[in-house]
Amino acid sequence: MSRVTEFLFRRKGGKGWHWTDIVTWVWLVVGLFVMFGPAVWLTASSFKSPAALAEFPPTILPYVTQKVTVEGYDKPLDLYTATLEDGSTATLAEVRRIGTVSQMVDPKKPTEIVKVNIAKRAPVREMSFATENYTEPFTHFDFVRYLWNSVFVTVTATLITLVVNSMAAFALSKYEFRGRTFAMLLILATLMVPLSVIMVPLYSIVSALGLFNNLWGVILPTVATPTGVFILRQYMLTIPDELLDAARMDKASEWQIYWRIILPLTAPALAVLAIFSVVWRWNDFLWPLIVLSRKELYTLQVGLSIYSGELNVQWHFILAMTVVTMIPVVLVFLFLQRFITTGIAGTGLK
Amino acid sequence: MADITRQTSESRTSQSLGEAAMMPVRLAMGVIDAPLRWVQKTFGLGGMAAFFLLPNMLIFGIFVLLPFFINFAYSMTGGSALFLSDRTFVGADQYTRLFDCSNYLAPNTCAEDTFWTAVGNTGWFVILQVTLMIAVSLITALILNRNLMARSFWRAVFFFPVLLSPVVVGLIWKWILQRQGLLNFGLYGFGFDPHVWLNDRNWAFAATVGVSIWAHMGFYTLIILAGLQAIPKDLYEAAEMDGTRAMRVFSRITLPLLMPNLLVVIVLVLIRAVQIFDEVYVLTGGGPGTSTLFVTQYIYETGFAAQLRNPGLAAAASILMGLVLVVLTLMQLGLSRSRDKKGARK
Repeated sequence: MSRVTEFLFRRKGGKGWHWTDIVTWVWLVVGLFVMFGPAVWLTASSFKSPAALAEFPPTILPYVTQKVTVEGYDKPLDLYTATLEDGSTATLAEVRRIGTVSQMVDPKKPTEIVKVNIAKRAPVREMSFATENYTEPFTHFDFVRYLWNSVFVTVTATLITLVVNSMAAFALSKYEFRGRTFAMLLILATLMVPLSVIMVPLYSIVSALGLFNNLWGVILPTVATPTGVFILRQYMLTIPDELLDAARMDKASEWQIYWRIILPLTAPALAVLAIFSVVWRWNDFLWPLIVLSRKELYTLQVGLSIYSGELNVQWHFILAMTVVTMIPVVLVFLFLQRFITTGIAGTGLK
Repeated sequence: MADITRQTSESRTSQSLGEAAMMPVRLAMGVIDAPLRWVQKTFGLGGMAAFFLLPNMLIFGIFVLLPFFINFAYSMTGGSALFLSDRTFVGADQYTRLFDCSNYLAPNTCAEDTFWTAVGNTGWFVILQVTLMIAVSLITALILNRNLMARSFWRAVFFFPVLLSPVVVGLIWKWILQRQGLLNFGLYGFGFDPHVWLNDRNWAFAATVGVSIWAHMGFYTLIILAGLQAIPKDLYEAAEMDGTRAMRVFSRITLPLLMPNLLVVIVLVLIRAVQIFDEVYVLTGGGPGTSTLFVTQYIYETGFAAQLRNPGLAAAASILMGLVLVVLTLMQLGLSRSRDKKGARK
């Protein structure tokens, strides 16, 4: 045993533990719980029934009190393990509670009522996943609609983002023309104009174009992202011009050069931009909240925030819907996290 | 053997399937090509460059530049009408109304008291959040920069919340901070009574700071980490040979060499902190009262959500916020330029 601990705690170069090592591991382990814990807790809670959600102290796993249908009673009764006066224990169903006394019956002998002090009984509980939290929103709310709207906005906006920005990046990296620096500066300047500064006039423009309460009103203002142009332009600058010249010799048109040569060669940068764009558009909140006021047009994010702000918050549904909203992002995290982190470290852009 | 042939034929069918899916795209590209060849012949390469830029510039122009300029016009009009042509010119009235205040530190003496409350809240938020965010991200980056087992795993751990949507972040923490939540459960174990954290002005404000740090620190940690990894390793080796203490290595090598990067990150955090909205809106909705009302929410509510909406006033407030952001962005550009120059000299 001591061999094992010795191996586990052995340090490089045979040196002992420094205080910085201890700080490091405490920080990392606490970080692990703080970063993942909340999302895990939310997911665990999303499988609980409304009654279990209202309990305090809460349990980590979803438990429900077992119920039993007893002859002569309309509703199913809660099951308890009760300690009887003679010291023996029995599994009884509670009929009603008066003060501190609980009137119970044995499910097998439904006519005989036993009185038990409430301190001497404990509910019979079993683990049960409330999957109806997930299935019911699909029928009760317009959840499928929201899901579809979010998917539509995300996919369409990402496709347009890729095309529009790669075209602009191509022009800005492979052509010499008057006003190129101006165009670059213009795009750079838009970094200074976030949505929160221009939302009032943008709203009037979108309305004037007839895009208020229209998913295209959510999509179009977001697709020309300066970040996208930058990532793609930097990448295209590394493609040698000789390649383009060779294609021109072979009578390729400029459009063919863009489509057949530049785009395939820019695939890695396009992939990074696509991942970013999917996460951005899926997560967008303020702008869809402004543009979409009709329920059937809400995206998942807007729908969730509206429902969670209602007076009687139905947390069991909200939690399940939140988990569903998280799924695509968690998938991106699991499989594509590496691309994003290198993308951020490389460009410093989010 | 049979397995291999089946596999290859499978991959061949999937390939041809992919090709079949690409067919309409190919066709469309071919159809587009003919008129574009004509454009190229008539207007030359310059014309093609314009063509490639056009969609992007059009969208930029309509959805970013145009609103940017008419924002000024909006801020000088009054009434609740939406379109500029229906609005009445009021000059600088909206600005005078915003600045009509006998004591800027006491919002209740102002004509637009919610605006000044929001400004005050945002000021406090920025000071607290930026300081703590930089401290936490820097410590995490320093730790991740050490010789760690499974470093990319640990880096991913701190990055996870960055990808979550603000709405999800807000709901996760609303759920944890509520009465039957995880925090009260944890404290209950130590014998504390449950507390409704988000109904308490100070705790709600602290929660907005903490939650926004939780959600975004992974992003800044990554940038600082990239800066740390750019510091030459031989400096640390030399320090180790001299037996320099860890704190001294940090203050004499790491911090000075990281400083240019760190300044850029600080301004970046500042820019984001000034605009804080989404996760707070879901978490507290600006409450209790106006204790977590920030400037972006003020603009949103004045312009869109209030009973008597006032787009002119919202536009004026957004221009004031825009001014702050422009100053910060210029600072950032200057800093990154001087950082890159310093890097080039080395």
